[in-house]
Amino acid sequence: MSSILIIVFLPLLAAIIAGFGNRALGNTVAKSITTGALFVSCVLSWPIFLGFLGGTATAEVVQVLTWVRSGTLTFDWALRVDTLTAVMLVVITTVSALVHLYSWGYMDEDPDQPRFFAYLSLFTFAMLMLVTADNLVQMFFGWEGVGLASYLLIGFWFRKPSANAAAIKAFVVNRVGDLGFMLGIFGTYLVFNTVSIPAILEAAPAMSGATIGFLGYRMATMDVLCILLFIGAMGKSAQLGLHTWLPDAMEGPTPVSALIHAATMVTAGVFMVCRLSPMFETAPVALAVVTFIGAATCLFAATVGTTQWDIKRVIAYSTCSQLGYMFFAAGVGAYGVAMFHLFTHAFFKALLFLGAGSVIHAMHHEQDMRYYGALRKEIPLTFWAMLAGTLAITGVGIYWLHAGFAGFHSKDAILEAAWGRGTELGRFAFWMGTIAALLTSFYSWRLMFLTFWGKPRWIESEHIQHAVHAGHDEPEDHNPARQEDSGHDVTHAVPPPEYRGGTGGYHPHESPVSMLVPLGVLTLGAIFAGFVFTDAFVDSETFWAGSIYYNEGLIHELHEVPLLVKLAASIVMLLGLTAAWFAYIKDTSIPEKAADQLGPIYHFFYNKWYFDELYRYVFLKPAFWFGRVFWKAIDMGTIDRFGPNGAAWLVSKGSVAAKRFQTGYLYSYALVMLLGLVAAITWVVF
Amino acid sequence: MGFPILTFLLLVPLVGAIACLFLGERTARITALVATSVNLVLGLLLWANYEVGGAQWQFVERSEVFAGFSYALGIDGIALMLIVLSVFLMPICILASWDAIRTRVGEYMSAFLFMEVLMIGVFAAQDIFLFYIFFEAGLIPMYLIIGVWGGDNRIYASYKFFLYTLLGSVLMLIAMLWMVNEAGTTDIPTLMQYDFDPSAQTWLWLAFFASFAVKMPMWPVHTWLPDAHVQAPTAGSVILAGVLLKLGGYGFIRFSLPMFPEASAQFVWLILGLSMVAVVVTSLIALVQHDMKKLIAYSSVAHMAIVTAGLFAFNVQGLEGAMVMMLSHGLVSGALFLCVGVIYDRLHTREIDRYGGLSINMPRYALFFLFFTMASIGLPGTSGFVAEFLSLAGVYEVSSWATLVLTTGIILGAGYMLYLYRRVAFGVQRNEDAAAMPDLTAREWVMLAPIAAAVLWMGVYPESFLAPMRADIATLEARLATAAPQGDAELVIGEPAAHGANYIEGSLGAEGAH
Repeated sequence: MSSILIIVFLPLLAAIIAGFGNRALGNTVAKSITTGALFVSCVLSWPIFLGFLGGTATAEVVQVLTWVRSGTLTFDWALRVDTLTAVMLVVITTVSALVHLYSWGYMDEDPDQPRFFAYLSLFTFAMLMLVTADNLVQMFFGWEGVGLASYLLIGFWFRKPSANAAAIKAFVVNRVGDLGFMLGIFGTYLVFNTVSIPAILEAAPAMSGATIGFLGYRMATMDVLCILLFIGAMGKSAQLGLHTWLPDAMEGPTPVSALIHAATMVTAGVFMVCRLSPMFETAPVALAVVTFIGAATCLFAATVGTTQWDIKRVIAYSTCSQLGYMFFAAGVGAYGVAMFHLFTHAFFKALLFLGAGSVIHAMHHEQDMRYYGALRKEIPLTFWAMLAGTLAITGVGIYWLHAGFAGFHSKDAILEAAWGRGTELGRFAFWMGTIAALLTSFYSWRLMFLTFWGKPRWIESEHIQHAVHAGHDEPEDHNPARQEDSGHDVTHAVPPPEYRGGTGGYHPHESPVSMLVPLGVLTLGAIFAGFVFTDAFVDSETFWAGSIYYNEGLIHELHEVPLLVKLAASIVMLLGLTAAWFAYIKDTSIPEKAADQLGPIYHFFYNKWYFDELYRYVFLKPAFWFGRVFWKAIDMGTIDRFGPNGAAWLVSKGSVAAKRFQTGYLYSYALVMLLGLVAAITWVVF
Repeated sequence: MGFPILTFLLLVPLVGAIACLFLGERTARITALVATSVNLVLGLLLWANYEVGGAQWQFVERSEVFAGFSYALGIDGIALMLIVLSVFLMPICILASWDAIRTRVGEYMSAFLFMEVLMIGVFAAQDIFLFYIFFEAGLIPMYLIIGVWGGDNRIYASYKFFLYTLLGSVLMLIAMLWMVNEAGTTDIPTLMQYDFDPSAQTWLWLAFFASFAVKMPMWPVHTWLPDAHVQAPTAGSVILAGVLLKLGGYGFIRFSLPMFPEASAQFVWLILGLSMVAVVVTSLIALVQHDMKKLIAYSSVAHMAIVTAGLFAFNVQGLEGAMVMMLSHGLVSGALFLCVGVIYDRLHTREIDRYGGLSINMPRYALFFLFFTMASIGLPGTSGFVAEFLSLAGVYEVSSWATLVLTTGIILGAGYMLYLYRRVAFGVQRNEDAAAMPDLTAREWVMLAPIAAAVLWMGVYPESFLAPMRADIATLEARLATAAPQGDAELVIGEPAAHGANYIEGSLGAEGAH
């Protein structure tokens, strides 16, 4: 199975060629090379996955190169392929290949296309290194590599100040998580004397009762290690507290959001917890933390998602929320279920993002849903794709038939596992998840209704006005000269007084074939991924084949939960749909009234629970303030003043002419050295 | 082997230095380039012929001068790597000065070649007084380079440089005299195995510390560095950051640790404490700088703090990490100063705000700058990561607190470097003159590309660099083992839990037995 070498390194090769070839190669060649490479990787990945599905493949490790040998701390470049990796392989290569293809259309008018495609392929390589890691350090390599690619792609339109700020924010906030990850690796090495994942997982159960000193306290060893590692996962997967970078990351081009900030990179944290699941199972406190953070995030992000106007930000918060589901599923011990949701989510969330991109493309780079409306007839194929995505994320399905869209299978399984776990924390997670599911249904349908139903409100959009006044209605959103003015007024907490609007003479166009094909493929995924793979992901211990901790008792309990629990997700889905229908179709004055009525709560949600403001005053401003104080008051005001400057002052006071000192110091220095040597020689000789 | 390669490594630049004094501008440049290139080849030959796993001291040359003072050269793996770093950076420095230096070119090239002689001498010396001469004299060409070819405030900068250095070197010399008297030899390898009385060690250690801490530089004796860097010409900064800052670390690993192990253990917390302060304080200071060189200078102090912390972790990972950090920082910060030099040569300002949007008119430059920025913040795959990771892993075995504080450097480092990069390379082109700057010339490309290759090599396959040093570090670790401090992460094995935390006694589980 050395095809894994091709799968992983072909995207790197393509990235290097396209990146360095850049303008010399030309757009078409660069795009063909990268896209072709990804399709090859994708085609090679599916047989591996199907091999594990069919039970014919076995796990293996392909050694590539020695990396570091330092005492007993040794790790190599190696590619590990087992069931868990195979699942990630198909997710990454499939979505990445489709996003590459989609970008042909979406980025068509961008002057910097080779660079964009090179970054996309580089990202894919780093992500593949992450999921094939056989030791924690290579996982960290992939972890930081995807961070770099994410930084570069968020800031792809580097002329825009907001994109640059978002890129730096993403990198730095992730580094906060990486601090935990690194400490976790150090601690793991200290305890197990290895960083090899299989060796750690094997030795972990024996350490479950051990204690260790950490920051002066004595703590349960495995809890400390797992919490430290989980902090890394929180950063990458945008969990509560370290989530602030993800919504801002929407500054990047939409295909990037679909690939990195929905389907793959942000799920790396979930992957890490699942990969290390036998280790986490020895750490009850750490698992409680995972469950709690996951449950809290899924609700938090959903509340914010209900109030945002930017179509991409709604989907971003939705991603954050869905990642919370995956984490609490892992926290209660249902790792297979967490991976299942990761798998289905990758398809339907990528679909929603690419669909949103298609809408944005049609609406001349306008992202504010207040200026959408009635697009159902204008861009019907996009509409149907988005509808499939919405049905998938809200979990539409019929329980008695065991048939539904992708999210129906995976989200229901998560809620059932949380309930079935039987602990108070499990119940807490269940309720959080259920309320979040209600909100998910509400904001997803709100998005659909605002975008595709109602009357056109396009005329009020600056982007649309620009398009119309410029005398053409072809989207040319990526013209760099226009990047500066794409920031729009988001201070309006409520939609314009009435949806008087109008088309303003603008005619949205359906996207080109290169964008519609990926939408079509992902639509199939959003419809069938759940139905087809439930048995393998949730119920089959042989499918996982030891690559994750398989909790047979919990899976049994999962199937035995009360009927109402099983129906909970479907019930709240209908409630959310109904509420959204009333508010955005039936009586469109409701949202405004509700916002007025719920004033403080609305503003709290609309302003994302004020996390950004909090961090600005607690971390950012003090960092710069302290920097200035340390520089001016300590370095210059104290050390220099009493050190070298003070010495100079003393010297000049001591009647030695300062001028002589300034010009003569070299000689005096040489003299001191010479005298010293003479003294030395004298000492030794006599 | 019979060929006195170390002597030749000293002779070639020495002859070149003397020749340059009498040559015209153009011939001086070419002479310097040829001399440094020959030395690079000699350095690579040295590396190729160094026998990994062979004798501890190789290429030994010794001739008695008088009264126990001898011209003794010889290298171990640690010295080898630092010599290779020096000879690698020198031709690049000459190239960097090619057009930038227009006055007294012959003297300038001569100063650089003299400096190369002295730097290689420091790492190759096996006699303690020979070491002292090289160690202290190596700074004289640097004073001249800053003082003659430096910026507007060069006198103040070189004065500060001088004052700080003077303080340490006098104390170190006295300590050396005492040691030679006590042990009866000037031979460094012998001294490295000599057991000094622990109470005397304390004083000796402090005397050496005074010198090495300044050279490092450690907080709070670091304030000469930003001024020296800002005033020095580009190549001067490269050598200052690339090699001269390594003298302190080399001093610690060659003298303080092996010669005074007990005293070193006694002062672990002094070193760790100063390192922790340095990482946090200088990183925050770097965040608010307006001057590119000052920013990178402060970042150097933070990186060197990782070196000192790693050295005083008393274990293999810490020592190897510190060594890799020295090599890595030598390459990366040298390259970053070159990157500053490239645009300084075009616009003659180091003000960050005078630039912006350089990705547009200088895409190749932006790519190199990005790469070295990422190496500086320790992205895995670059040398910076291997350095940081090993050092901090070593420190963790001593103290989790110290590791936590030192590791915040990865957050702050990302903050100030990316903020710098954003202001220089991203954004719109605010200034017309900056927007009109042409991309890298072939000469600049030749300067930066080899460093980038080396950084990548050290990041992906550091074994090439670790292997020669392995035996020496192991020897040092063995010598330190008895004095090594107790870590705070003591592991106590308890009764393992019977089941996973989420284990449920399921009926299916019972049935599953069949």
